[in-house]
Amino acid sequence: MTADVELEAVTVRFGTFTAVENASLKIEGGEFFSFLGPSGCGKTTILRTISGFIEPSSGQVRIGGRDMRGIGANKRPTALIFQSLALFPMMTVAENVAYGLRVRGASKSARMKKAEELLNLVALGDQGGKKVDELSGGQRQRVAIARALAVEPQVLLLDEPLSALDLKLRQHMRNELRAIQRRVGITFIYITHDQGEALTMSDRIAVMNAGRIEQIGDGRSVYTAPRTAFVAGFVGENNAMRGKVASVGEGFAVVETPLGAFRGTNPLGLTAGAPAVLFVRPEALHIGSTENACTAATTEVAYEGNLTHVGLRADDGSHLLVLLGGGETRSAPPIGARVGLGFDAADAIVLPPG
Amino acid sequence: MNSRMINRIMVGFYLVVFFAYLFGPLVIMSITAFNTSPYPAVMPFEGFTLEWFRILFADKDMMIGLQNSLRIGVLVVLISVPCGLAGAILMHQVLPRLRNYYYIVVVSPVLTPGVIIGISTVIFWKDFTAATGASFLYDGLILASLGQSSFISAYCMLIFLSRLQRFDHALEEAGLDLGASNAQVFRHILIPYLRPAILSASVMAFLSSFENYNTTTFAILADKTLTTVLAGRVRQGSTPAISALAVTIIAVTVAGTIVYELIKRREDARKAATMRRAQDAERLEMAAA
Amino acid sequence: MLASVGHPFVLALPVVVLAMFLWIARRERRLGLVQGPGYFQRNGVPIGLFLLIAVLAWAVFMIVLPQLFMIELSFRPKLPPSQTFGPRDVYSLQNYHYFLYGSPTSSANWNTVHLRAFWQTIVASIVVTFANFALCYPLAFYMAQVAGAARVRFLLLLLITPYWVNEILRAFAFRVMFASSGLINKLLLAGGLVAEPIDFLGLDVGMYAGLGYAYMLLMVFPLYNAIEAMPKAQIEAARDLGAPWWHIHLFVVMPFARPGIASGCTLVFMLTAGALAAPLVLGGPRSLWFTPIVYDRFYQAFHWPQGSAYALILLLTCIAFVLAVMRIGKLSLVEITR
Repeated sequence: MTADVELEAVTVRFGTFTAVENASLKIEGGEFFSFLGPSGCGKTTILRTISGFIEPSSGQVRIGGRDMRGIGANKRPTALIFQSLALFPMMTVAENVAYGLRVRGASKSARMKKAEELLNLVALGDQGGKKVDELSGGQRQRVAIARALAVEPQVLLLDEPLSALDLKLRQHMRNELRAIQRRVGITFIYITHDQGEALTMSDRIAVMNAGRIEQIGDGRSVYTAPRTAFVAGFVGENNAMRGKVASVGEGFAVVETPLGAFRGTNPLGLTAGAPAVLFVRPEALHIGSTENACTAATTEVAYEGNLTHVGLRADDGSHLLVLLGGGETRSAPPIGARVGLGFDAADAIVLPPG
Repeated sequence: MNSRMINRIMVGFYLVVFFAYLFGPLVIMSITAFNTSPYPAVMPFEGFTLEWFRILFADKDMMIGLQNSLRIGVLVVLISVPCGLAGAILMHQVLPRLRNYYYIVVVSPVLTPGVIIGISTVIFWKDFTAATGASFLYDGLILASLGQSSFISAYCMLIFLSRLQRFDHALEEAGLDLGASNAQVFRHILIPYLRPAILSASVMAFLSSFENYNTTTFAILADKTLTTVLAGRVRQGSTPAISALAVTIIAVTVAGTIVYELIKRREDARKAATMRRAQDAERLEMAAA
Repeated sequence: MLASVGHPFVLALPVVVLAMFLWIARRERRLGLVQGPGYFQRNGVPIGLFLLIAVLAWAVFMIVLPQLFMIELSFRPKLPPSQTFGPRDVYSLQNYHYFLYGSPTSSANWNTVHLRAFWQTIVASIVVTFANFALCYPLAFYMAQVAGAARVRFLLLLLITPYWVNEILRAFAFRVMFASSGLINKLLLAGGLVAEPIDFLGLDVGMYAGLGYAYMLLMVFPLYNAIEAMPKAQIEAARDLGAPWWHIHLFVVMPFARPGIASGCTLVFMLTAGALAAPLVLGGPRSLWFTPIVYDRFYQAFHWPQGSAYALILLLTCIAFVLAVMRIGKLSLVEITR
């Protein structure tokens, strides 16, 4: 069974410090939802508030429509996978998985049967008798997942569970997590500072900064249509040009920057005279293009096989990044060369500074 | 001869002198336990005998003292380990602003001379038991146990604190999150985690109690323990029977140390094997990924 | 002031302090300075009660109240039980007066016997502490930085073993060596170095040797732990820079090991100044040590209030030593007692 999770104007304060400010959102049942943000942005606090370790200073947390105020972590229909995994070192793998059933008073045989079933689900069927210390990082990861699923939660909360893993394994586990979620069909709420994880796994993402939710949307919309400067800068690489709106047209705005005047989309409808930042993705910036053009000197060329990163210094001293893909790779300029750069106005976005 | 060799010789010489100072007196005393001479003497070695051990074990006072020492030791373990455990757990829960004062109070017995702890224990309990009518508590064995527990609890607390420092509090939260009550988390997770510390604290508490003299001599009232009987005997005069007691204690200690070392070695080997298995699993996984 | 008036205050003091604790806790929570679940919410009622009862029983009944009672008693006169809390049971400084000036009937100006014993105890304890440090530092350094793991383990075992032989027996071992018919005298006589046995015990040689021996291990362990935590690279860096060996120890290792040094010195001083076994077993008839005097106040003179005053003087000395060490080493109590 699955449940939706609603936050209504949730604020969490520690003394004078506000960790989460006025967060409102609804996570649908069966959704894979991620909170993405830099460390200290309040995403872990939100997770701990949902799981019941923190009571909100104001606002309401509802799970399956039920207000959770006053309901302790051990009474909520959620299960949390900790960043450190928090596997019990004094128990075997199977005992770990069965722990939630043990405290619910299930019989030993029922417990062991369920543990076996879940260990099979995470492909650890033959490891039940081992001590936790004997497992590899990825295996521990799976034990943590199995342990959390054993209590049949309606919502599974995951606090950066992949951060301790090796890069290669992490990518592998992403697919596996997603597959497990599809199989069990419950709500997954995932916390991460790694945008790659958030983008590949999630149905929707909430980008957080300094205790506030900046934007909620699916991966594509967060990447291609950021609504704040923070989101534009945090999710993916971006070139930022600061300036002032000079004029506006139908859905477009011209921004006057030290490098010149550039046209970009104006989703928020900024008016002339407003301070603004124009964002262009490195892959949208083209060398030799004449539209929206400026000049810059190449300072760095990093060849990565299918991609080439080109670093440039613009005339006002700011750094620009261009990503060349596929056939373009051959056209990378030599270091020190002065080149013209341009972009399609539809690929640029004008936002107010953060 | 180069300077490195001189250095090594000096270190070796120093180690020999240090351990000679440490063990010399004990070895010499031990030898006197087997000499027929009525005074504890090494030379002349008049003849080998075990007579002094027979006299020792026939000494009724000593044996009564030994029994009392064992009783007190057990009582001290039963008092100190729970108190030290509670003291250590509360340390993390006391308000940060008050933690310092709390720490000063519970750690002060470690820095208080044992005689003073003995004295204050007797004074307080004499008054307190008289005032409350619980005069059965004014008993040498109980008072000695309470006095010793005062500082042995603090030792235990320090042992628990150092183990708790490495405790991942997420384990407790994980237990709660899986639906356990606080009491279940305490029983299933915290106590098993602390089990090695509980074991070593118990052994430490018992041994500290068994060998204690300063606090006991005040708090024991009219009763006697092995150490107080021993102190009386030693003041009356030297006899090789005392050396025989020392030999017995040393033998037990050495045996205990060897057993402990063997257990520890086995455990280390097990731990190393576990770690190897984890590394193997890690390698396999990387190969598969 | 009458003791019958003051006594209830002594009993009430821990209650008042606990009430203040509670009040502050309440206030901090009300002001929102403390968050999170309440005490019983966090521990559950059974465990919460166990923790509270255990700690209160220990802290109040085994630490605070006994000390308070001893302090109070030290200001009261010695009276037969029937007159306790009677009109003559008033607080005064007479027991401390006695420590300084002796009995009012004596003709001497100062209580020279007790004062000298006290002074000698303090000085000797400090000397013993330094001697222990000098003797144990090289070993601790050797174990922590030079020796291999297997050897360290072996040395640690060697060190721990004699520690579990009780103090009386350790002192007795020294008596066996230093007695007039003991091994050392026998050797000296046999070697023709002396014509008559030397009275080592009467000269207090045995006592000081025994005191120095008794608590050596409590110096080694804190030193070892502190030096062990020091990265080997630090010493190598200093050596690379051409620092002479004594400079490395004085200005690199010792500052780093400050908490361990302080911890070892405090423990050894406290234990030596409070030692009872070595002075009783090894002291000659004219030996002066403070703890046997305290013991005699209790169980020879049966003057408990005076004994309490003497004990308190010893306690204050130890506290002063701890504070001095903390001040000199710029250390906190937590660092010293680790």
